[in-house]
Amino acid sequence: MTLATARGEKYLADFKALKEARPAPDWLEELRQRGWDHFNSVGFPTERRGNELFKYTNLTPLDRGTFEFQIGQRVAVSPETLRERAPWSDDWTTLVFIDGWYSEGLSRPAADAGVTALNFADAEDRQPLREHLARYATVDESAFMALNTAFLADGAYVRIPDDVQSKTPIHLLFVTTPGGSRATYPRTLVVAGTNSRSSVIESYISLGDEACFTAPVAEYVLEPGAGIDHLRVLVENEQTFHIGTTRVYQSNDSTFSSISFATGPRIGRNDLHTLLDAPGAECTLHGLYLTTNRQQIDNHVSTTHAKPHGTSHQFYKGVLSGNSRAVFSGRVLVEKDAQKSVADQRDLNLILSHGAEIDTKPSLEIYADDVKCSHGATAGHGDPAALFYMRSRGIDEATAQAMLVRGFAAEIADEIGVEALREYVQRVIEDTIPLLLAEAD
Amino acid sequence: MLQVTDLHASVIGAGDTEILKGLSLTIEAGEVHAIMGPNGSGKSTLANVLLGRPDYVVNSGTVEFDGENILQMFPEQRALRGMFLAFQYPAEVPGVRPWQFLKAALDARRNFAGEEPMSVRDFTKLFDDKVKAVGIDPDLVKRSLNEGFSGGEKKRHEMLQLEILEPRLAILDETDSGLDVDALRIVAEGVNNLRSPDRAFLIVTHYQRLLNYVEPDAVHILIDGKIVETGGPELALKVEKSGYEQYATAAAG
Amino acid sequence: MATPNTISRKSDLSAGEYKWGFVTEVEEDFAPKGLSEDIVRLISAKKDEPEWLLEWRLRSYNHWVKMAKTQGEPTWAKIRYPTIDYNDIYYYAAPKSSQGKAPESLDDVDPEMLATFEKLGIPLQEREKLAGVAIDAVFDSVSVATTYTKQLGELGIIFCSFSEAVKNHPDLVQKYLGSVVPYSDNFFATLNSAVFSDGSFAYIPPGVRCPMELMTYFRMNAEGTGQFERTLIIADKGAYVSYLEGCTAPFRKTSQLHAAVVELVALEDAEIKYSTIQNWFPGTKEGEGGVYNFVTKRGICRGANSKISWTQVETGSAITWKYPSVILQGDNSVGEFYSVALTNNYQQADTGTKMIHIGKNTKSTIVAKGISAGHGQNTYRGQVKIMPSAENATNHTQCDSLLVGDKCGAHTVPYIEVRNPTARLEHEASTSKVSDDQLFYLRSRGLSEEEAHHMIITGWTRDVIKELPFEFAMEASQLLKVSLEGAVG
Repeated sequence: MTLATARGEKYLADFKALKEARPAPDWLEELRQRGWDHFNSVGFPTERRGNELFKYTNLTPLDRGTFEFQIGQRVAVSPETLRERAPWSDDWTTLVFIDGWYSEGLSRPAADAGVTALNFADAEDRQPLREHLARYATVDESAFMALNTAFLADGAYVRIPDDVQSKTPIHLLFVTTPGGSRATYPRTLVVAGTNSRSSVIESYISLGDEACFTAPVAEYVLEPGAGIDHLRVLVENEQTFHIGTTRVYQSNDSTFSSISFATGPRIGRNDLHTLLDAPGAECTLHGLYLTTNRQQIDNHVSTTHAKPHGTSHQFYKGVLSGNSRAVFSGRVLVEKDAQKSVADQRDLNLILSHGAEIDTKPSLEIYADDVKCSHGATAGHGDPAALFYMRSRGIDEATAQAMLVRGFAAEIADEIGVEALREYVQRVIEDTIPLLLAEAD
Repeated sequence: MLQVTDLHASVIGAGDTEILKGLSLTIEAGEVHAIMGPNGSGKSTLANVLLGRPDYVVNSGTVEFDGENILQMFPEQRALRGMFLAFQYPAEVPGVRPWQFLKAALDARRNFAGEEPMSVRDFTKLFDDKVKAVGIDPDLVKRSLNEGFSGGEKKRHEMLQLEILEPRLAILDETDSGLDVDALRIVAEGVNNLRSPDRAFLIVTHYQRLLNYVEPDAVHILIDGKIVETGGPELALKVEKSGYEQYATAAAG
Repeated sequence: MATPNTISRKSDLSAGEYKWGFVTEVEEDFAPKGLSEDIVRLISAKKDEPEWLLEWRLRSYNHWVKMAKTQGEPTWAKIRYPTIDYNDIYYYAAPKSSQGKAPESLDDVDPEMLATFEKLGIPLQEREKLAGVAIDAVFDSVSVATTYTKQLGELGIIFCSFSEAVKNHPDLVQKYLGSVVPYSDNFFATLNSAVFSDGSFAYIPPGVRCPMELMTYFRMNAEGTGQFERTLIIADKGAYVSYLEGCTAPFRKTSQLHAAVVELVALEDAEIKYSTIQNWFPGTKEGEGGVYNFVTKRGICRGANSKISWTQVETGSAITWKYPSVILQGDNSVGEFYSVALTNNYQQADTGTKMIHIGKNTKSTIVAKGISAGHGQNTYRGQVKIMPSAENATNHTQCDSLLVGDKCGAHTVPYIEVRNPTARLEHEASTSKVSDDQLFYLRSRGLSEEEAHHMIITGWTRDVIKELPFEFAMEASQLLKVSLEGAVG
């Protein structure tokens, strides 16, 4: 019992307080309790020896329990602040959560006909919530899914009806405010109906400089033929621990295309799993991470091919500088019946300094014989020949370096289809390049 | 030598659609036949079915080679009896050198004929001579079988095998497609040099141009899985001029 | 009626028999079953060992007892097997005639054992066949004979059984034993350090290029024994040696534990080439018995410009847990790992390598080929670690898997850890099966289905096999063929 310590008491007290302040229907109450029970039995994965999933990630600070969980929104945030600091467009459907709680005033409800985008509490028909919540991100899979479920109260619920081609991007924005070390447990459920199309953006930003603990869980369900463009933006402050989990369930011929962008936090973990559970499902999981100073970005990306004719593409790129660290742990599992699966997996890294470290582990686990699977990883500094080439044309070294980093990042960033978001990410990259180069050798 | 009678065949995994729909053909020793037809008429299917490619199913009909029904035979059993297919798309086999592969193939034939394997020295000489004759870059045969070969190199390499293995019935599956004039001439020379009273050729092609260099004894027009017309070399020229559209009605009927 | 123009996927090939599975009838001397301090002392006493070595064994034993209580066997590998009862194993078995000591000459060797090695194709008379190879033959726990020692001795090369080395060259042994694989390294290496029986020792003096292949042939014979050899090879400055290891065991329905340790030390400008053809009994077709091959092999490129190259062809053992590794300490040193691992029937292999780059301009190459057939499970697990001091280190890794049949598994788990920005690393991997197109192409030229499969697989493994000494490349290729019989077709 890892939590039978004074530190663990904090989480228990928060759990009890939530139960008291926000009672829930029986089914939800029972779900929260299961979440708590599992978390309580396993605790945080702080032991790294022999712990394959957290081999490279030190989570000891979480165990100290110094983060504050609050019930209900307490700090006001102005719309101007969000426009300035967060990805934003007035044309999007936006749900804003401040320190974990839905903010009606800041949110802009669904614009497309038939599309549902609201917080859990406002959902009139709770049946889909009950049917899907914690079904793909199960409480017993990890301490963080369990912990998030234990604190399940508010969250974003999106449903795209069958055959609807939703043109308006749906933005789920999770913000932490200054003035305290927040603990938040954001929760998202997206159900995409048969043959529907949609773009969903999840973004996580911090407005303050305090160390926060953000442990979001998002579940995506794709019905037959559905397509989702998923964009995940993690730009939190340098003290923050972000342990995010995304679970995607794909029916036949569905397409899940995801781009994850991360920079900033002390530890930022993106644990993304897609289950191709019917023939013809396809997922494209791309990502970009930039780390400076003592940051660590940890991408844990996995796909299970459970049925034949599935396709998966994993492609992540990273730029590392200072004393930062990045982990890419990619996994493709092809089950026995998943014949004719096609999978590729790549992780490319640009390391700019002697203090930086990349640990990359692209792994394949294959039980079907008629498959095409490949993977690759590279690490290294920029190509000296390219640098020399540019300098020989009269470009100074710093400019040439910046061009190389920008070009390296652009391969992923330019893929972002939602224009306002692409511009936001490009802006963050531009702001980060000087930091990366300042800490380069 | 080869007698195909009312052959019906389809591809595994392509539904029940039949590709060959009652094809009959007789080729005697010493003859060169050409089968011409538009894309999708069943030309390649015929070539592959004759050698027993596993992904094809013969639904009915017979194929006899030297009076022996070969439809139940494995591909290698057909090969050992003297059949040869120059592939349209030869497979790439990493790590296997052409020399090693051809020696094994030739020795398998010799063994079948009750002969001793050829000595390494004799084979090397034969191999080197033929490589030169076919105009293959000697560096090419040091690589893995077909791996990284250009389209033209693959075709020349198929001709090299034809010259070394000296089959009795050679089927050329669109060997002429994608070749420049020089390469085309090499293919034609290969066929003409090997023409003999006890050897036959079946040239499967879309175009007439190879037939400028190799004069066939018979030309067959294959439309929608059936031979719709048979004639002499003049038939090829006629098709070249007026195209396959003229047969559209025949096929529909 | 439809006539399928297809090839029967069933093969009438008889499933490959393990032809090395015979048992030799010799009287053997056993220590009582089980592991205790007394057993460790007894092994040491039987070998007449010096005090320091006994102490080292006891330190290892005590550490192992602690490990067994706390963490137990390593569990991270992708292998499954029943719990091993370490008290149901004989830790010492030696042919009686040997009295636990290496014989003075071949005349003293039990003719039954000579016949055994003869039957395995390992002649212990120095003569034409394998004339260029010096052999140390190990039968259960004891070295039976070492050939060509005289010729090698004239060059200052020491090649003898480990026990003899302890007696005749104690300084070298004491200096290097445990210097690459410390006694506390891992569960199986620690066990080995406590109870190791015999093995080979080689020392190549400065500037000497060993003129012949050195070979150790391990034969497990007695039932219920564990085999714990220890091999130590030192190439002094500017020396070169090519070393080969072969192994077989009888057909038995009970499993046998084999926990060996191999340490290689290459000093400045030295090169060690270490090749293994591992053909321990793989178990029956139903998955009964077979050897558990839990082996720790590690080399250190201690000096600048040194090189260590591992080549392994693994067709045997029920379970393989083995990661021949190189620590690249010297600047400009080179580490290589070439591997073909085959699992058929119910075999499991979790094998790969570790390349630890410490020195500047160090370079490593990994080529790993895994073939899975039947119900076999084959995992490549490899670590490439670039330490902050390793300026301009490079690594290239290629690992490919081939699947034969749909009940097997192929897994690739690379760990790439980079802590220096000047490093260049590339890892490529693919998983595929023998394609129908390739098979048809070869068969249409007259090769049988079996020959076609064999040719494709031989070609596919070529990059590894060509690294073996010439005499053994053919043998390895044949072994792959025999091991796959019954699986293809």
